Amino acid sequence: MSGNLAGTAGRLRRAGSSALASRPSALPPNVRQALSRLGWTVVSVGLFVGLWELAWLLGIADARLLPPPHIFLGNIPDQARFFNTATRWQIGVDAAAGPSPYEAVGITVAATAGRVFAGLAIAAVLSVTVGVLVRYFALFEKLTLPTITLLSPVSPIAWLPVAIFIFGIGNAPAIFMVVVALFFHMVLSTVSQIDGVNRNFINVGRTMGATKRQIYARVIIPAILPQMLIVLRLNLFGAWMVVLVAESTGVGFGLGQVIMLARNTFNPSLVFFTIALIGLLGFLTDWLLRQVQRRILYWVPQTTGVLRGL
Amino acid sequence: MVCRGVSKTWAAGTARAHEALRDVDLDVAPGEFVVLLGPSGCGKSTLLYLIAGLEEATGGAIRSFRDAVDRPSPDRSLIFQETSLFPWLSVWQNVAFGLSIRGAPEEERRNVAREALARVGLAEAMHKRPDELSGGMRQRVAVARALAMRPKVLLMDEPFAALDVQTRAKMQDFLLDVWRDSGASVLFVTHHIDEAVALADRVVVFTARPGRIKSIVPVDLPRPRDPFSPECAHLRARLTGELRGEVDRAFAEQEALAGAA
Ligand SMILES: Nc1ncnc2c1ncn2[C@@H]1O[C@H](COP(=O)(O)OP(=O)(O)O)[C@@H](O)[C@H]1O
Ligand SMILES: [Mg+2]
Repeated sequence: MSGNLAGTAGRLRRAGSSALASRPSALPPNVRQALSRLGWTVVSVGLFVGLWELAWLLGIADARLLPPPHIFLGNIPDQARFFNTATRWQIGVDAAAGPSPYEAVGITVAATAGRVFAGLAIAAVLSVTVGVLVRYFALFEKLTLPTITLLSPVSPIAWLPVAIFIFGIGNAPAIFMVVVALFFHMVLSTVSQIDGVNRNFINVGRTMGATKRQIYARVIIPAILPQMLIVLRLNLFGAWMVVLVAESTGVGFGLGQVIMLARNTFNPSLVFFTIALIGLLGFLTDWLLRQVQRRILYWVPQTTGVLRGL
Repeated sequence: MVCRGVSKTWAAGTARAHEALRDVDLDVAPGEFVVLLGPSGCGKSTLLYLIAGLEEATGGAIRSFRDAVDRPSPDRSLIFQETSLFPWLSVWQNVAFGLSIRGAPEEERRNVAREALARVGLAEAMHKRPDELSGGMRQRVAVARALAMRPKVLLMDEPFAALDVQTRAKMQDFLLDVWRDSGASVLFVTHHIDEAVALADRVVVFTARPGRIKSIVPVDLPRPRDPFSPECAHLRARLTGELRGEVDRAFAEQEALAGAA
């Protein structure tokens, strides 16, 4: 079927333009596809950067407030200095001690990414567990679901003081913030995924003599997994957002700290540099999760091709 | 398999109470092939769900080999109209699902799956995924999955309704082979008169909702049956006559419901 379509498309192309006859490409199709996607990402970002630079050239964007990319990315070593993770302010520590600026960037990024993934993993495990328990035990639902529903619209910002009261400073409050920001609505989403499981699947399990536990473990959980991974991917961005808020207070180092430093020292260049870094990280981690998703969910058909055909 | 005075009202006792079946008496002998024929919405699926033990009757009693039916059992395998294969399992794992529920060792599961798949002519497809198969092949895998449980009764809810006419004819032949080999009784739901004529030992014609048994037509024709033979034509004419009034009634009722809504 799809071979047919491709054949037709090929014929059409050949008939349409003999001058532009497509050269047979040596690259396998999936590599070509990945390259094309990368190319379009570059074009998309380039367009945005170009407009910004143009605005700067025309004098619309003030370089002191909205420094264009060539300024804030122009001197990376200079920016990297601000990612200082050494405790140089402590008495008796040599001023030259601690990691180099680039190492400091690496440490900062790793610390923040670590908090994001730790929070995401904890939130995912907790919320799927609670969501399943809600449907498994009617009493558990009655005891917890109303409270979970009440708490789910609370902004993560409101949890910040709580995080500090409970966990003080360090990694724990930042991870707690990520967890609390995602947990409640991921529980609700788990419950609604369970309710949406194809009745026939459950009935097949029942006619095969499966117990309630087996039906949950062998039918319901695998059936909701694809949607849950999508929910997780969408929440990854939320986790990146929340972790910055958490890091802006009470954490030794992290990208949120750098942003706060930039704010306090009025350094827009550093703000945009950090934003660019976060964007890149978000993009990479999303790609990573997509790969995981493809591996685990080998059975889910890829439907984007159909949409493209519209 | 015995049904006595079986009734089912959905959402009984509420404002949305909805009577689907009334006073159904039906016996199915061991090894018999019974076709339930009726207009859509008359409660055929409901009856199969009750017999499978997936839903509870609001009246009457169902017994299977003297045991009261009060829950699902591997003895009574239900095959659904839509695909119900688990997409996350390979074909053979789907077929062996019931065995894995019982904790059978892998060796046994593979062997049983291989044998059941061979019986439906899909030995080659062991390691495929369900979404790599055509609709007809998927239904055959569903049949293999049911057979792997060695059921005494196969309940089939319009299993071939979604297939094209040629595939359906093939599937009917194949089902008759499988049925003869397995020795199980089959209770087969359809709204296709041709399908009933091709398959049944007995055709049970239902009335429009609430479903009651209108008539039971025994079919004493040898298989394989030639659909163009005068006997088949005669049977088809008779069933068409039985059904016509019910289809009209079902239509009128649905229109009335739509008007009221
Ligand atoms: N789970 C259910 N809850 C409520 N009503 C149902 C349910 N299943 C079927 N019904 C109703 O019962 C009637 C008979 O349905 P069904 O047994 O599916 O008919 P058939 O299979 O003969 O087409 C229909 O009016 C349908 O709307
Ligand atoms: Mg039906």
